[in-house]
Amino acid sequence: MIPAKFDYVAAESAGHAIELLAEHGDDAKVLAGGHSLLPMMKLRLATPELLIDIGGLDELAGVSVDGPDLVVGATTRHADLAASELARAEAPLLAYAASQVGDPQIRHRGTIGGSLSHADPAADLPMALVALGGTVVVEGQAGTRTVGADDFFLGYFETVLAPDELVTAVRVPRRPGVPWGYQKFVRRANDWAIVGVAALDGRIALANMGPTPLRAAAAENALAAGASAADAAELAADGTSPGEDLHADREYRRHLARILTRRALEHETA
Amino acid sequence: MSILGTRVLRTEDPRFLTTGGVYVEDLVDERLDGACHVFFVRSPVAHARISGIDASAALAAPGVVAVFTAADVADLPTIPPSGPMNKHMQQPMLATDKVRYVGEPVAVVVVEQPYQGEDALELVAVDYEPLPAVLGFDPSDDTLLFEDAGTNVAGWWGNPAELKADLFDGCEVVVSQVIINQRVAPAPMESRGAAAVWGADGRLTAWIPNQGAQGTKGGLARMLNLEPSQVRVITPDVGGAFGAKFGADREHVIVAWVARELGRPARWSETRYENLIGMTHGRAQQHTITIGGSRDGDVLAYRLEVVQDAGAYVRAGGFLPMLTRLMTSGPYDIPRAESVAKVVVTSTTPIGAYRGAGRPEASAALERAIDLFAAEAGLDPADVRRKNLLPAFTEPHRTAFGALYDTGDYVTGLERALAAAGYVELRAEQAARRARGDVRQLGIGLASYVEITGMGEGEGSGPNENATVEVRPDGTATILTGTSPHGQGHQTAWAMLASEELGIPVEKITLKWGDTDLIPKGGGTGGSRSLQLGGAAVRQASQELIEEARQRAAAQLEASPADLVYDKTKTSFNVAGDPDAAVPLTQLAEQERLLIRAVFTGPGATFPFGTHVAVVEVDAETGKPTLLRMITVDDAGVVLNPLLAEGQRHGGIGQGAAQAMVEEVVYDTDGNPLTTSFADYPFVSATELPSFELVDSQTPTTYNPLGVKGIGEAGSIGSTPAVQNAIVDAVAHLGVRHIDMPTTSRRIWQAIRAAGQHSESEHA
Repeated sequence: MIPAKFDYVAAESAGHAIELLAEHGDDAKVLAGGHSLLPMMKLRLATPELLIDIGGLDELAGVSVDGPDLVVGATTRHADLAASELARAEAPLLAYAASQVGDPQIRHRGTIGGSLSHADPAADLPMALVALGGTVVVEGQAGTRTVGADDFFLGYFETVLAPDELVTAVRVPRRPGVPWGYQKFVRRANDWAIVGVAALDGRIALANMGPTPLRAAAAENALAAGASAADAAELAADGTSPGEDLHADREYRRHLARILTRRALEHETA
Repeated sequence: MSILGTRVLRTEDPRFLTTGGVYVEDLVDERLDGACHVFFVRSPVAHARISGIDASAALAAPGVVAVFTAADVADLPTIPPSGPMNKHMQQPMLATDKVRYVGEPVAVVVVEQPYQGEDALELVAVDYEPLPAVLGFDPSDDTLLFEDAGTNVAGWWGNPAELKADLFDGCEVVVSQVIINQRVAPAPMESRGAAAVWGADGRLTAWIPNQGAQGTKGGLARMLNLEPSQVRVITPDVGGAFGAKFGADREHVIVAWVARELGRPARWSETRYENLIGMTHGRAQQHTITIGGSRDGDVLAYRLEVVQDAGAYVRAGGFLPMLTRLMTSGPYDIPRAESVAKVVVTSTTPIGAYRGAGRPEASAALERAIDLFAAEAGLDPADVRRKNLLPAFTEPHRTAFGALYDTGDYVTGLERALAAAGYVELRAEQAARRARGDVRQLGIGLASYVEITGMGEGEGSGPNENATVEVRPDGTATILTGTSPHGQGHQTAWAMLASEELGIPVEKITLKWGDTDLIPKGGGTGGSRSLQLGGAAVRQASQELIEEARQRAAAQLEASPADLVYDKTKTSFNVAGDPDAAVPLTQLAEQERLLIRAVFTGPGATFPFGTHVAVVEVDAETGKPTLLRMITVDDAGVVLNPLLAEGQRHGGIGQGAAQAMVEEVVYDTDGNPLTTSFADYPFVSATELPSFELVDSQTPTTYNPLGVKGIGEAGSIGSTPAVQNAIVDAVAHLGVRHIDMPTTSRRIWQAIRAAGQHSESEHA
């Protein structure tokens, strides 16, 4: 439970963090809330040589509106996002997802940029981002680019981020008043989803049904073609590739995806 | 007004909630200055031959003082199995030729600073030649954990050849079921640890979190080949134990050995990962039950066949099934009952005592059996219990298994629980949901239990415990106890008992425990023994102290002791009718030390009892269970402090419900543990538990003057089967008869689906 030896730098700015990333490449890890990274380091599943701490960078924190988008800074804590009146009005699904992460301690440390960069397919915020059709703002030495939610995640704990790139913000379309549903199936309140479903306006995102958060494409297509929620939900597990673990085998996960999708399409939250 | 029976707030809590406790890892003591730190190289494989250990790289690493292997500790004895088990199954202090479970200590790395330890551990190269893992309740003898033993069966309690072929003759309804009482981890908040130093006089002082310093001292002395007088154990604050911190583990022995070998203090503090594979586990029994009776609900015969998976070495696993057998028939009057237990060794972490230790297993098997019988006969499980519970008794009742129940009124306990739950209304609600085909179905589960507490023996024959009470000239009092609090609230409770006799306020009474130089004898805290034995000893010592003081006061007042009145409000003796002729207790203490040691000996164990009612909701589409209500009668005799008793019930009910619903230590087919962090080994938290509905019930025992029985384990004994029964009940109408623990949503869903397919094929 003692991490391997590492160095630590508190970044002075996002630019400074990117410079350090460029210099150290894969040997460095960005530290924000630390609630995924530090346990992995203590278990020695991660052994970075350098931690670049961006947790204190206020320039990256905060919720605002920019034209059609709600913009959430990368170091915005889950608790702040969940409590943000702006987020609750403009993108309630996102605020709700933030309120479902872990437990209060985790929500007061963890950040949205950290959660997306960590890319756990069972996590709340990646699924919410996919359901909302948001984009990730990424900065690196070559400049700034935006990546769509469907393209950002590559695999288990893997994203399109280059070694010198940093998530600086998240943008989601403002959808005030649009009905949505959110289903997180857990053993206990503070666990990761065994299966999760977030649905909004014809888009359906699944958590823990494959190596990345997924769109339930067959179900979405059926909805678009006029199918009922119940009929569309029957197709929710099509094209997915869930893993097996202590909590669920593939068959059970597929079953849960269908049931939970129907409930999410009926705008239930759990 | 008596302080006994009142809700005195825990006097321990201000310190725990402000400055915090001082656990072994926190200790600052000049005797430990310059301590080295001990780390254990643990086996990463379940079963293997060790063909070589190369420590050269580790020895060259920064801060490494020494590396020790089995060859270095050859002077230490091996530990024999407990109980009447195969004597070839010896546990070495460090693995010698073989490792037998993931987590077994193989070597020791000693470093200057804690942070150097985990780096150095990775540098010790151990060559393992893997052998097949030995797993399950029926391990074949093709692969032997102990070649000399010739078998993986460690031994038996009872003789399987004596099981009666005609046991179920005449029964109209007979049901059988194999039930798994799964392996769980005690997982106290504070993991294990030790600090040890040797004096110039060759005497060992060891700080070890434990449940009884005297037992830990005995274990250390035996395993270090020392006289008991050469060992002093000091108990720091202890952050939970649940049965798994009794005695001394081999890691404790090794830490003391290292301190002697290196001539400097040594410390050890285990990580959570180590705790989950290195501390003993609990339960791990398989029960094959058969129950038979008449169609109208008379249970006539019951058979319990136990297999105890003892893990790789036979520790408490050697005697836990004896306790399970002792409680085979529980609170019921069953004309013909029999049980037998087999103990097997497997390549897994050894099994130890865990909250209830053998008795919860008996209750879990029996309560499932009663429900299976009721379901098969088409009867209400409450009616079957009413019909078969032993009638109330005030003279001790001897069971066919040799247990002597002191007092009990099981039917009243059942009726109180049912009334508080609104049982009839719950059944109506359940029927309505079933009729409507609701997604969320209701389940109601019962468990009636009786359990054994206060078995522990200290000095001489009969369960006993000592206490020393001293009144000081400044008006304060000190109590020394042979019990050992680790969360229960003894400081509050023992002070209440002394205050009741002495009149000294609770806040002026200090409790001391856990230093074997100060308190050489004691049975510790476990098996729910403390209040009925240790508490009774405090009362006895306090009363004897007042009598001693009375004699002294009488001499001073030149009066007959019988004419003296002790005024508790003034803590002073005076001659009856003459308040001016008075001698305060403090004056007597000033003149001569006022101190009494008393040993309370009870006639035998006591048997608390009760009924738990669990109400659950099961989502029939997903299988997800939700615990809605827990209504419990836990009758442990007279209640000294309702706040403390409720605390014990809360913890027990929660822990028991967690076993029913989520907890399980899981190994893969190669013997690799899969539940090695709190991300994978689950508990329930307050979020998953309802507010408990605790029904008051107090049937005194005559076995001690306080009328109290033990309450520490009862909660976990009743709640496990009550919750499991409720979950099965919620989906029983869909054709489900049984779901093993933990009753996860996946298992419930699979059971619903299997029952549906079964009934479809029946109708086809």
